[in-house]
Amino acid sequence: MAMDLSKASFWGYRRENGRVGVRNHVIILPVDDISNAAAEAVANNIKGTLALPHPYGRLQFGADLDLHFRTLIGTGCNPNVAAVVVIGIEEGWTQKVVEGIAKTGKPVAGFGIELHGDIDTIQRASRAAKEFVQAAGELRREERPLKDLWVSTKCGESDTTSGCGANPTVGNAFDKLYARGVTLCFGETTELTGGEHLVAARCKNDDVRKKFQFMFDRYQAVIDRHKTSDLSESQPTKGNIAGGLTTIEEKALGNIQKIGRKCVVDGVLDKAEEPTGPGLWFMDSSSAAAEMVTLCAAAGFAVHFFPTGQGNVIGNPILPVIKLCANPRTVRTMGEHIDVDVSGLLRKELSPDQAGDALLECMLRTANGRLTAAEALGHREFVLTRLYESA
Amino acid sequence: MIQFVVHEEGDGVGVVVVEGVKAGQTLAGWIMEDDKDVKVQARSDIPIGHKVALKDYQPGDTVIKYGVDIGKVVAPIKQGEHLHVHNVKTKRW
Repeated sequence: MAMDLSKASFWGYRRENGRVGVRNHVIILPVDDISNAAAEAVANNIKGTLALPHPYGRLQFGADLDLHFRTLIGTGCNPNVAAVVVIGIEEGWTQKVVEGIAKTGKPVAGFGIELHGDIDTIQRASRAAKEFVQAAGELRREERPLKDLWVSTKCGESDTTSGCGANPTVGNAFDKLYARGVTLCFGETTELTGGEHLVAARCKNDDVRKKFQFMFDRYQAVIDRHKTSDLSESQPTKGNIAGGLTTIEEKALGNIQKIGRKCVVDGVLDKAEEPTGPGLWFMDSSSAAAEMVTLCAAAGFAVHFFPTGQGNVIGNPILPVIKLCANPRTVRTMGEHIDVDVSGLLRKELSPDQAGDALLECMLRTANGRLTAAEALGHREFVLTRLYESA
Repeated sequence: MIQFVVHEEGDGVGVVVVEGVKAGQTLAGWIMEDDKDVKVQARSDIPIGHKVALKDYQPGDTVIKYGVDIGKVVAPIKQGEHLHVHNVKTKRW
């Protein structure tokens, strides 16, 4: 019997700003590369906290710097995060990140290293982190309607089975979630190449279509400026090609299966931008798995659907990544990474509706607290997107 | 048992969905869109996930999958042969 989503609910953490998370992380967020050591020391001192080290944040400027701040602040604002300790080399940019996160009303504290040194900073930040993690432990999950859950998607190490099995399963689930007023997101701008006309045709109106086309053309210009070949082995990747995908067009047409048949593209977001209402959003983004999922987390999404063919093992520190796969060889050889096996689709043992329901059931269990394979295996890829060189 | 799937009627390729397909084997296929059966004789060994040509192609021809253009043929391909990067290239970039 098909799943009845009209009464579906999940147990989540309702945050100060009304958003609902499915995890309760206290994160130690470095503003820049040279603050990673202090952030990791704090996370080591205070059990139950999580450091998010990354390699950037110095001498960036313009749109690239804006994206850096948007990603860090968005990560802190994500409802899967209960509280944030921010550590930066100096006070100014540290406070900028603190103030951005503080708008949600959640507990946040910032610490600059200059004039203190690492040891004093670690000591002060550890005291704050201890308070935060103890308070977070007293927060309780409450039952929330399905529409409070924000769901993003991106596929990885795709092969031809992604296009006929795992991606249409996401599409089936997205169609059902869309009908319930859930906030949804897809992206992977270059990976629509060859199928961009199909996405344009799904846009709600000319205004949305124009924004989509602007984002698409902007990314094509980047490819044209830097390419030295037809991008074979990069897009499609060497793994895609090993899996049987031949051209970017073929990969794109498989990719687009993720937005189902009924969803309408209601709006367009720049990288790491937060949606302003329910519906399906296109977010301009890299097709590299960890970059794109990091941008989804920064945009505020609480669970992620990740269909794979050849077996991408990615996770994210704060956003549970649910993996599904239709390739029987991958399910057999890399089963510990797969949350939902939909290989029965290709044997006609599973209907698209049943596969979609299996994914939705896994989504609700994950939202209620069940760890994904990627969480259990410790995958915490936090990868910031860069637009160009530092100054 | 289904050995390859085809997205839509009119697509010129099928996707092999089982391991160990050998040249000479007659393969049972499934057109997903209209739930129809189709057969083709493999002329190459084709790995799981890779494509089998459902018709003959000449260089310059367009390959259709999902009912849409997925690239151009750059070397002759016979029905039943392995269709991949050695005989088909992108039209983009």
